[in-house]
Amino acid sequence: MGFLSKRRRHKAAKPLAIVLALFLMGALYSLVSPATQSRAETASAEQVARGKELFQQTCSSCHGMNGEGTTEAPTLRGVGAASVDFQMGTGRMPMARPEAQAPAKRTLYTDEEISAIAAYVATLGEGPAIPSADQYSGEGLSAEELARGGELFKTNCSACHNFEGTGGALPNGKYAPPLTKTSDKHIYEALRTGPQQMPVFAKGTLKDQDVKEIIGYLNTLHAQEDNGGLTLGGLGPVGEGFWGWIIGLGGCVTVALWLAKKGARAR
Amino acid sequence: MASRAGVTDRSEATEVQTPGKPHAMKPLSGVLGWADDRLGLATAGKGGLRKVFPDHWSFLLGEVALYSFIVLLLTGVFLTVWFKPSMAEIDYEGSYQLLKGIQMSEAFASTLDISFDVRGGLLVRQIHHWAAILFVAAATAHMLRVFFTGAFRKPREVNWLIGVGLFALATIEGFAGYSLPDDLLSGTGLRFVDGLIRSIPLIGTWAEFFVFGGEFPGTLVIPRLYMVHILLVPAILLGLIAGHIGLVVYHKHSQYPGPGRTEQNVVGYPMFPVYAAKAGGFFFVVFGILMLMGGFMQINPVWKFGPYNPAQVTAGSQPDWYMGWVEGAIRIMPNWEWHLGSTTWSWNIFLPGVGLMGLLFTALGVWPFVERWITGDTRNHHLLDRPRNAPTRTGLGVAGMTCYAMFWLAGGNDIIATHFHVSLNVVTHVMRVAVFVAPVIAFLIAKRICLALQRSDRERVLHGSETGIIERSIDGSYSEPHAPIDIDAAYTLTQHPVIPVTQATPGLDENGVPDPSRKVSRLRATLSHWFAGHQIPKPTRAEIEAAHHHGDDVDGVDPHGPDQNGVDQNGVDQDGADRAVESAQNPRELSARH
Amino acid sequence: MSEHNGLTPRPHSGDNGAGAHDASTAMATVEHVGPIADPGLPHEGPRYTDVNTSAGNRAYVQVLGMLALVPLLAIAFVVCYFAVPKDWVFDYGPLHSNALHLSLGLTGGLAVLLIGLACIHWAKQIMNDHEMVEMRHPASSPAEDRAAVAQMWDEGAADSGLGRRKLIGGALVGAVGTILLPVVVMFADMGPHPGSGLRAATIEKTLWAEGVKLVNDVTYEPIKASELEIGSLVNAEPENLKDEHGAQFVREKAKSPIVIVRMEPERIKIPDSRKDWHVAGILAYSKICTHVGCPISLWERTTHHLLCPCHQSTFDLGDSGVVVFGPAARSLPQLPIAVDGDGFLVAKSDFTVPVGPSYFERDSRHDYKKGDN
Repeated sequence: MGFLSKRRRHKAAKPLAIVLALFLMGALYSLVSPATQSRAETASAEQVARGKELFQQTCSSCHGMNGEGTTEAPTLRGVGAASVDFQMGTGRMPMARPEAQAPAKRTLYTDEEISAIAAYVATLGEGPAIPSADQYSGEGLSAEELARGGELFKTNCSACHNFEGTGGALPNGKYAPPLTKTSDKHIYEALRTGPQQMPVFAKGTLKDQDVKEIIGYLNTLHAQEDNGGLTLGGLGPVGEGFWGWIIGLGGCVTVALWLAKKGARAR
Repeated sequence: MASRAGVTDRSEATEVQTPGKPHAMKPLSGVLGWADDRLGLATAGKGGLRKVFPDHWSFLLGEVALYSFIVLLLTGVFLTVWFKPSMAEIDYEGSYQLLKGIQMSEAFASTLDISFDVRGGLLVRQIHHWAAILFVAAATAHMLRVFFTGAFRKPREVNWLIGVGLFALATIEGFAGYSLPDDLLSGTGLRFVDGLIRSIPLIGTWAEFFVFGGEFPGTLVIPRLYMVHILLVPAILLGLIAGHIGLVVYHKHSQYPGPGRTEQNVVGYPMFPVYAAKAGGFFFVVFGILMLMGGFMQINPVWKFGPYNPAQVTAGSQPDWYMGWVEGAIRIMPNWEWHLGSTTWSWNIFLPGVGLMGLLFTALGVWPFVERWITGDTRNHHLLDRPRNAPTRTGLGVAGMTCYAMFWLAGGNDIIATHFHVSLNVVTHVMRVAVFVAPVIAFLIAKRICLALQRSDRERVLHGSETGIIERSIDGSYSEPHAPIDIDAAYTLTQHPVIPVTQATPGLDENGVPDPSRKVSRLRATLSHWFAGHQIPKPTRAEIEAAHHHGDDVDGVDPHGPDQNGVDQNGVDQDGADRAVESAQNPRELSARH
Repeated sequence: MSEHNGLTPRPHSGDNGAGAHDASTAMATVEHVGPIADPGLPHEGPRYTDVNTSAGNRAYVQVLGMLALVPLLAIAFVVCYFAVPKDWVFDYGPLHSNALHLSLGLTGGLAVLLIGLACIHWAKQIMNDHEMVEMRHPASSPAEDRAAVAQMWDEGAADSGLGRRKLIGGALVGAVGTILLPVVVMFADMGPHPGSGLRAATIEKTLWAEGVKLVNDVTYEPIKASELEIGSLVNAEPENLKDEHGAQFVREKAKSPIVIVRMEPERIKIPDSRKDWHVAGILAYSKICTHVGCPISLWERTTHHLLCPCHQSTFDLGDSGVVVFGPAARSLPQLPIAVDGDGFLVAKSDFTVPVGPSYFERDSRHDYKKGDN
């Protein structure tokens, strides 16, 4: 006690205390975060069995009893747990009806059920696993890293998903969905698994660090204020022209109507 | 209504301007006197100070364009204080964090500085951009008003041509400004222009190298566009606008038809003070609306697009609205390209880009002369047409607008596809057909509507307006009584001149020799019939009288006006004749009445 | 006159004498043969503000009130300019924006708007609002002026001596015409002249050459063939791009970007002539659209179609980049690639045809067409 209290005003005391606190935080985090990871990695046989049961109820009519694929839907061998987590976590699967592209909707399955199915599908063939937070979290990046994320985003993603991540059109009724409400994990999984017509951005060419920077950029972009007022939908010049006519010319004409109108007469 | 006023000698409008201040008769003194000694202001003021301008909301569309242009000049000067028109590459170290350390041109970096580091800079930038959009929008609306009301007819053809020139230059000016910030969108637009210039047969590559100072993008195009944007085109625009307004003053403004409004007069408010207050006030209104838009509506967030990078692109890459129709034409054009020997002829870019723009401005420019040739009408027109009374012209105008709109929609085919959940390819295919079919349908519908409105006008004059009340008579039959319309409305509905249909020359001259111009004459007669041949005849005086005397349902309009005493045997308004005599002594004298 | 409603005179109409010009044609206006005589300008009664003192005063106070708000708003504008920190954010409802920007726009915009509304209100409610009639004058000059000008012209022409010494006129026109030639020639240095040599060194050439590594755009990481899964897309550049700087860097970057995709070799068509241009289904294509040069990277993994976001030209990367939809007329140029000793992707040569949009001198006979082998 005397040892500590005597040195509490020492020059190094504050930095040391901070280091100690950081260490404790990290240790605490490591107790929590690998737990989620290990659950995904080492699925129990029980979970796989439950997943298989669910799979056969909900997925097999299109993907086949053992996920081998049918004329209706592709094989799930080798798509990995990440793919299941993305498709079911965003409500795209199971599809409500056959159409050009499965839309995102509210998912009807609990996290547990999805993990079970993911665990089962992962046993069908090797594929990307569900990522852990340290693979995709865009937290704590420097300004330069975020700016680089922006460059990566505009080089690889904005052609389809638009500069604000509000989505865009693809041929024959398909579209790139908006990214404004997509979770970090789902963005990571989409990049790695290439859902539907989206290409795969493989780990070897787009490193986890790159993905983190993209996600960090998007989150910062969406969280920052709109410096110039209302965004008008973030559609670019089409929206701007529309509002220019409606508010700009419409406003001027409204005043012009009042200006040129003869007022009420007393008699 | 019964007390239709005659003419009083001097009206209160001209005399009771400054109540209680007897100096109205005093000659100019003080500063004005000093200035008049040197500049002769009084003579100029005599002609202009009480000049009459008619009042109608649609006459203010051109003013909106003018005031937006003034706002553009004011805000533009502010922007030039900070903007650097340089394509030198630097690393950004300004205050916008998400681009920190990114390589960009000085032009883009200075645009970011204006947006983030100059207080009020973003506001002015956004006002400038909104004003540009409003400028072209208001000019377009103004041009449509002039077209549909026939205000381009003699003696105003030259002013129409100036207007077409202004419209074309405004487009170029807007595009040059759009390119200056050197963000991803403007760079993509420049790249498009590069492809467009390249596609010109024979000289394309040379034109490209001359415009860009070598290979795309080089370092010269933004400084050059800057010169075009802040000096060359604004100077020409200013000159043309001065001429445009000068001619309006010289011709005096056209006016809508109505009682007391003739081809020989103009009815409205004097320049000083009423029109000055209204027009001056309207400038502040337009400026205020633009400033509020600049404050509350974000436009062109360049920081989100980032600097131009030729390897990047974004979904929703579109030009500003006034270039959208060209963009649409480029999008839906089939991929026609000739490969002749070692040459390439890119019709897929040249025709919709260069060709279509040329077609639009040529069509606009020649229309007054074409219409004049078809109708053979060489008279002066100061009273505007009601669009229904020129059904073919109105139909053509609507067809043109529809065609433009189809191209314009095609320019946003990706946005349509995502927002209405349709296939992009289907939208494109539909638009390819729609640009040809929709205008024809629009023409037919618009013309039919005009003729139906003519018919309804005729009915109203003869039988009055429908009241919407169903009456049951004593014998049990039901009928809807019609309310007679007043003389002013009836006059307005019947005053318009009927466009005559010209006849072809017989084809043979007196000696039986075929007239060489007969084919032209026949063509002209056919066009004339098409242009003016299907009009609903106006009710004649006899028909009105018959409707009145037989009392079909109720009284129609008395063709002699409300007060028989005011009309002599020849149907001439006595008061009017008096006024005519009085005014004839000095046709330019202002006569005011109440 | 009697058919003309008798309302207004037509100045000059009786004066149809001197001069070649037919003044009556110039002045001819429409004969209004309407069935109803012009009833003349309707009488308009006074406004409430004219007859009711309190209504008049109310309008007066309203105008004054609007104008009085303007200085207050102007002061508020200045105060906001200096007092609101640049990084304050206003967040209410859908508005989530910079507070300084909003406050300047609001105060300034309202101030300016109020000036305008006050003036218009003043004009409508307080100023004398009786419409006035002004007579028009013809746009044409009076006939005597025309005659006078014609006479002056003749006198001047005679004074000039052009009647007898005609050559001066022609010589003058020719001289002024030829002086335009130097003016036009002065612009010949606006850019270098794209003869065949310069074209070959600029728009017909990119940084790609044998052995140049394909690297990731932005990160410049080389790409291992084994790291690309089926369905992968990589936006790439030549490795030597990073040696370029400034304007030359941008110029090269405008031509050399590529997309690398990996497809199942058995599911795509590979013509015999391009059998050794790919590495196990890994193909590289120019990213620059052959239409007007937008960079394209909207690749659909499932259909192998690559869509341009600018004008929706669509290319089939599973069929040597042929056009399947849209305004583009030529296939996307393919880059021949191989793997080096370390398993990295490298180019085998430059593109075999010029990349990007068409130009007149382009020899387009060597582009891949659908069905070529």
